[in-house]
Amino acid sequence: MGMTITEKIIAAHSGLKEVHPGQFVYANVDICLGNDITAPIAIDEFEKAGIKNVFDPEKIVLVPDHFTPNKDIKSAQQSKSLRIFAEKHRLKHYFEVGRMGIEHVLLPEKGIVAPGDLVIGADSHTCTYGALGAFSTGVGSTDLAACFATGKVWLKVPESIKFVFHGKVKNWTSGKDLILYTIGKIGVDGALYKAMEFTGSAISQLPMDDRFTMCNMAIEAGAKSGIIAFDQNTEEYIKGRVTKKYAAYQSDPDCNYTKTYEFNADEISPQIALPSLPENTKPVEEVSGIKIDQVVIGSCTNGRISDLRIAAQILKGKKAYPSIRLIIIPATQDIYKQALQEGLIEIFIDAEAVVSTPTCGPCLGGHMGILAEGERALSTTNRNFVGRMGHPKSEIYLCSPAVAAASAITGKITPPNEVIKN
Amino acid sequence: MKGNCWKFGNNINTDEIIPARYLNTIDTKELASHCMEDADPNFMKKIKAGDAIIAGNNFGCGSSREHAPIAIKAAGLSCVIAKSFARIFFRNAINIGLPIFECPEASEQIQEGDEIEVSLTTGEILDLTTKKRFKFEPFPLEMQEIIQAGGLMNFVKKKINAV
Repeated sequence: MGMTITEKIIAAHSGLKEVHPGQFVYANVDICLGNDITAPIAIDEFEKAGIKNVFDPEKIVLVPDHFTPNKDIKSAQQSKSLRIFAEKHRLKHYFEVGRMGIEHVLLPEKGIVAPGDLVIGADSHTCTYGALGAFSTGVGSTDLAACFATGKVWLKVPESIKFVFHGKVKNWTSGKDLILYTIGKIGVDGALYKAMEFTGSAISQLPMDDRFTMCNMAIEAGAKSGIIAFDQNTEEYIKGRVTKKYAAYQSDPDCNYTKTYEFNADEISPQIALPSLPENTKPVEEVSGIKIDQVVIGSCTNGRISDLRIAAQILKGKKAYPSIRLIIIPATQDIYKQALQEGLIEIFIDAEAVVSTPTCGPCLGGHMGILAEGERALSTTNRNFVGRMGHPKSEIYLCSPAVAAASAITGKITPPNEVIKN
Repeated sequence: MKGNCWKFGNNINTDEIIPARYLNTIDTKELASHCMEDADPNFMKKIKAGDAIIAGNNFGCGSSREHAPIAIKAAGLSCVIAKSFARIFFRNAINIGLPIFECPEASEQIQEGDEIEVSLTTGEILDLTTKKRFKFEPFPLEMQEIIQAGGLMNFVKKKINAV
């Protein structure tokens, strides 16, 4: 029996020739990651255990991105604990405000994660790096603390589910729409404990930014990881970024999937996930006209340069609807600068948007765009749970950057092709 | 373990268990004071030490925040029984030593307010109100090792000291 990409990576990191779903392993970790919410607990646990040295100061990444630039004294204390720990252990990858970005956009951009790597992060969206052909999964703070000490993580080898996207994505349909559509089909626990492997002609043609978005939201289907096999797009993306040795895995033809879903990308419209679960998806045409108060374009899901380019293409020469608060958050400093150089930021400001420094901010109801009671946001972020962006009686609708930008202009949920011809 | 039950539905997410607006601290007492706040704002006023949460599918979905099982444990709740758990919540609970049990029958049949007793040795949940008994599957051996060590960090310390 052959192995899936996921099984091959886990085997290679566990000193085993092969592994099988359900098998329990202690795997060697290439990169472990924490942020200003999760790392303080990990640091506390690590220090309470009385362990002196970290396993490898080059393999630990700390990114204060959630409540930064710090919103209050308590969150400043938390960031400070990361700073002190990074200094004490001479961590190579600590990213201070002004250099940092949203972790899951920053790590691939800086070439810290390579194809074939095994990555854990104390953040659920760590599954993002599957787009590079790496196995990466979210864990908790204690897992991170244990990894600081040992460089290892306990894992149960996941079963894999294959998602084949035939055909070609339509105009204004993006990776975000493919993943929302998928979550709508299988539910928020449809891939619980499993690896989601995305493949098919539509995926082969999909740009890297869209692939990151798809793998990023695998967790929203309950998955352990999302993964896309290494190909030419991956190779082009890592060129000039990844300097370490990497491994390009493919699933064997006779490997085992517990299930295979086949979708036709040509039939998938831009999607909206209605409150308050990401599985409540509908094609945008079916829910157009719903009035909104705030539009957010950003996050580890959709704060990349191509997301900003699409938003700018739609917003160019137009203004946000008078009652709309349009918040745009480039995910990293490099993306911010690139957007500035391409004139995108000017388009946003002319459209009466606010453009923020990189932060997770409103996505998790942290800061920079909290909702009041009864308000409704349309957002390119990843979760629309009750109270996620603010008041427990506020609502979040999830969508792609194109739908977000189009709707910002009209003040209500709007398909992009109603605002702009393409 | 013995206590009264509080019932919740499917897909209770970590934003409901401990909203992100309270994640600017790692103080366990403070986290506990907001436990389940966005699912039931009066939850902490109603419960007493030893009580249990009974939930449906996918309990603890969403964020990786360990603050969620920490808040439940620090609130004095004895355990969580659910049809299924989201995977990061599951491993966080094992790692910090919050008892959790996957038992679909118990999740369906135990009613709010029932008094239950959980026995780890027999692998049974007994509903003292209805006299019903429910069996739960023991954890795999490797996880039991972590639980018996008193959580992942104790387990790691033992391993490091053994080398």
